[in-house]
Formats: sequence, structure tokens, C-alpha cells
Amino acid sequence: MGMTITEKILAAHSGNKQVRPDDLIMAKVDFVMGNDVTAPLAISQLKKYGLGGVFDLSRVALVPSHFSPPKDIKAANNVRVLREFAKEKGIVNFFELGAAGIEHALLPEQGLVLPGDLVIGADSHTCTYGALGAFSTGVGSTDLAYAIAMGEVWLKVPPSLKFCYEGKRQPYVYGKDLILYTIGHVGVDGALYCAMEFVGGVIESMSIQERLTMCNMAIEAGGKSGIISPDATTEAFVKPRAKRPYSFYASDEDAEYERIYEFCVDGIEPQVALPNLPSNACPISEVGEVKIDQAFLGSCTNGCLEDLEIGAKVIKGKRVHSDVRLIVIPATPTIYKDAMEKGILKTFLEAGAVVSTPTCGPCLGGYMGVLGDGEKAVSSSNRNFVGRMGSPKSEVYLANPAVVAASAVAGKIVHPDDVQ
Amino acid sequence: MTTQGRVWVFGDNIDTDGIIPARYLTTFDAKELGAHCMEDVDPEFSSKVKPGDVLVAGKNFGCGSSREHAVLAIKGAGIAAVLAESFARIFFRNAINTGLLVLEADGVRGVFDTGDTVRVDVKSGTIVNETKGRSLTAKPVPAFIQEILDAGGLMEYAKKKLQTDAR
Repeated sequence: MGMTITEKILAAHSGNKQVRPDDLIMAKVDFVMGNDVTAPLAISQLKKYGLGGVFDLSRVALVPSHFSPPKDIKAANNVRVLREFAKEKGIVNFFELGAAGIEHALLPEQGLVLPGDLVIGADSHTCTYGALGAFSTGVGSTDLAYAIAMGEVWLKVPPSLKFCYEGKRQPYVYGKDLILYTIGHVGVDGALYCAMEFVGGVIESMSIQERLTMCNMAIEAGGKSGIISPDATTEAFVKPRAKRPYSFYASDEDAEYERIYEFCVDGIEPQVALPNLPSNACPISEVGEVKIDQAFLGSCTNGCLEDLEIGAKVIKGKRVHSDVRLIVIPATPTIYKDAMEKGILKTFLEAGAVVSTPTCGPCLGGYMGVLGDGEKAVSSSNRNFVGRMGSPKSEVYLANPAVVAASAVAGKIVHPDDVQ
Repeated sequence: MTTQGRVWVFGDNIDTDGIIPARYLTTFDAKELGAHCMEDVDPEFSSKVKPGDVLVAGKNFGCGSSREHAVLAIKGAGIAAVLAESFARIFFRNAINTGLLVLEADGVRGVFDTGDTVRVDVKSGTIVNETKGRSLTAKPVPAFIQEILDAGGLMEYAKKKLQTDAR
């Protein structure tokens, strides 16, 4: 009996020839990540239980991202905990301000997470790295603490769901739209505990950035992981930046899937997820009149160079609507610099946007653009739960970077064609 | 082990932003977090809840972020257990790893109203609504997960494992 790519990676990391869905395994991890929200609790657990060792000093990353640069004293102290722990133990991959960014853009960019890896991170969007052909999943602080000390994680082998995309995409339809469409189709618990494997001609034609966006939001369907078989596009991305060897895995022809979904993308419009669930995906032509107070272009979902380029192209030579604040946040310092050199940041600034330092900030209502009572935002991020970006009385609409930029110009949610 | 308490019923897809909003994530003090538990879902919840109370919810409880602060907030509010039709997986892991009693039971939400009294027998998985005189059985806990629970959580399990390996 064949195995899926997910089963093969999990088998290889647990010393098994074969694993099956629902098997409980203890698996070796290749890389472990924590941030300024989750790692302080993990470090306190390690101290409390007297576990002093680190399984591999080069395979742990500590990334201040959520409230960094620190928004207040408590946030600054949390980053201090990370910094001091990294120094004390000799952890190589602590990212100090200037090198720090949003972890899910930063780790692939720096070649720290690679095809064939088993990665865990104490952040739910750790599923992002599946875009490179890794098994990668989010865990909590105690799992992080355990993995830092032991280099392993307990896992239930997930059943795999196959999502196949064929056809020709309409203009302004990106990976973001396909994943919102998919979550709308299966629901926020439609892939609960499952591995979401994305396949088909449309996926094969996608850039790494779009693939990262799709896998990033697997968690919004309840998925344990998202994964895409590595190919020539993956190799071209990974080869110049990989810090260690990597392996390509692929699903067998006779691998078993719990369910298979087939989508023809021809008729799919840009999608907007209405408040208050990512599964409330709606074709943009059916959104109706939604005036916005804020537009946010950034986050681990859509904060990479390609995303900023898409937004800048739409907004070039236009002005942000007088009732709207447009906040643009490059996800890492490298993206920031590249966007500056390409004139992308200038385009946004000339349009009346503000460009901020790399941080998760507004996506989780942390800081740098929190919403007030009754305000509405269109956002390129991943969640629109009640109060996600601020006041419980505010509303968040999720969309792709082109829709975010166009809506900032129009003052309401529109198709990018409407501002051309 | 048996736990008995007053029930608070919640719906489907209660997310971690609802359980503990991100604005409180700069601390991991359970008491402090507990004071804001469920704040954006029911602003008065933390003043109404009493130690030993039990949450009953629908599908996908704890969806969203990986914040273990959600489990800490629930514990900090004094809640003894969460019973749901299903749990989001990271929340479920966090609860198991840190010893919050969580049980999955089909149809559990429909059997309770807020204010009812529940009795849970952990070993047998029996859930009894003492107010309404109805009972149901939770899904069994896999042996490996029971091992973590018996050790007293994942960190205690790690300590034991390191001691065994050293021998």
C-alpha cells in the first residue's frame, strides 16, 4: 500500500517503514521555532522542570515577531527572556531587531526550513512551511519546551485530504483566493486534524510565495498541516539558501486519501471572507457595498515581496481614499530592503500609505493599527474572528493584496479592475 | 476521579481570540489571564464563573492560534473541565500537555443548558447531566495520551523519560 508525502515524512522521522492515519508516533524534529508570545512560557516550563539541555543549538529559532519592536514593558521583557535564553544556551538562530521579522516569512527566506523536514513551531501558522514539501505543524508552548529539550514531538498521523486545482485563473486570482475559496467550501473545521495536500496544474504553476500563502491558511480549515510536493520551482527557491541537506518526497500513486476535492478554477473570482470566520468566503462581485476605515497589507499570509509588488502595481499613481488608513508591513528586513530598492515603498508612500517595520502587529490586534469600535478593515491577513484586529465591535474582511490596495483607493471593498 | 460542577454552554467554533484576546498575551500568569477569560464572547463571564465550573461547547472548540494562554486562562478562571463535540487540535494538545481535563462527546452540547450541574467520571468517560437526568459517554482516550496524562503532563513525562534513559 502506498503512502502520501505526509506519511512518508512522518515514517522517516519516527523510524518506521510505514505509518497509517491515526497511528500515534514519537517523531524526531528537524527544526523548532518559538516566538515572543509562545517561547517565554516554554522557557519558564524548561526552568520549572529543570530541563537544561537543547537538542541541537542550530535547529532552534527564537523569533520576536508578534509584539516586536516591543509595544510596552511586558513585551520588552518577553523579548529579553528569548534573548537571554539564546545567549545562555548558545542558540544560533535568535533574531535580534534588525534581523527579525514574521517567522513564517523569515525561516523559509533564510533557508532554515527545508523540503522533507519535520518542523514544529509554537505558532498556529507553522503549517506554512509545507509549501516547501515539509511536514510542518503548529503546537503550543509545552510542546515547544519538550521539543527544545528532547528533539522530538508526539504526533497522531493525520489522514490526508487531496485538493486538486485545474483550469485557468482569472486576473487578480491568487493563492490567497484559492485557499479562501477552499476554506469556504469545506468550513473552518472541514480539515480538522487532517493534512491538506494541494495538487494540480494550478499549484504547479504557482510561485513559492503563493504556495506559502495556501499552506499558511490550512489551519483556518482546522488542518494539521498543508503540503505541496516539491518540484523545480521549490528547488530553485531552496538551493541558493539551504543551510543543510534536504530531501524531496512525493505521494505514491496508490496512496490513500480520506477525501479528494477537485476544483476547476476558471470561474473563481477574487474572494473576500466576510466577518467573522475565514470560511465566510464570498466572490467579490457579491460582497455589496462595504465601506472601510482601514486596509492592511502584510502578515505571514501576504507580506512578502511579491504581495507588496501586486499591491503597489494596483495603487501606483493613485491616492488612498481620504477616509481610509492603508498600513503596509513588509514581513522581513530583507523584503523591506528589496521593496525599497524596487521603488515599491515609494509608490505606497506617494499614495498616502504608511509603511511600518516588520511585525505581526495589526493582524492579531496587537499594535501598529488596532481597530476601534464599529470600524471595518480589509486585510491581507488570515483571521477575521470577533475582535481579531482590535475592538470586539470591529469587523475584518480578508482578501488578497490587489483587492486590499484597490479597496484602500476606493474607500470600499472593490475588484481591482474598478480602480483601473 | 470524578468532577462535578455548574455548566456554561457555548456554541461552535469558539476561537482562541474569544477565549483570551491577543491584547493580554504579554503575560502568562494564569490568574491574570483568567480575569479576561471569554471576555470578547461574554464580557461578564469572568465575574460570573466559579471555581469548579465546567464549559460545554459545540464543534471545533479552541480553533485559531496556538496560544497556550487559552488553556491557562480557562484554568485561571477556575474551570475544571471542557466538554465539547470536537476540539481544534492545538488547543487539545495544549490541554493534554498541561493537564486540563478535556473530553470529546458527540451531542454533548445539546444535552446541557447553562446552569445545569454536570458530573464527569474521568476513567469511564461518563458524563451525567444531574439536573436533567441524562447521560452520555465521552470518546475513549488513546493509551499514549493516557500515559502523558498519568505522568502529570508532558514536562513530567519528559523528566521521567530522561531518568529512564539515564539508567
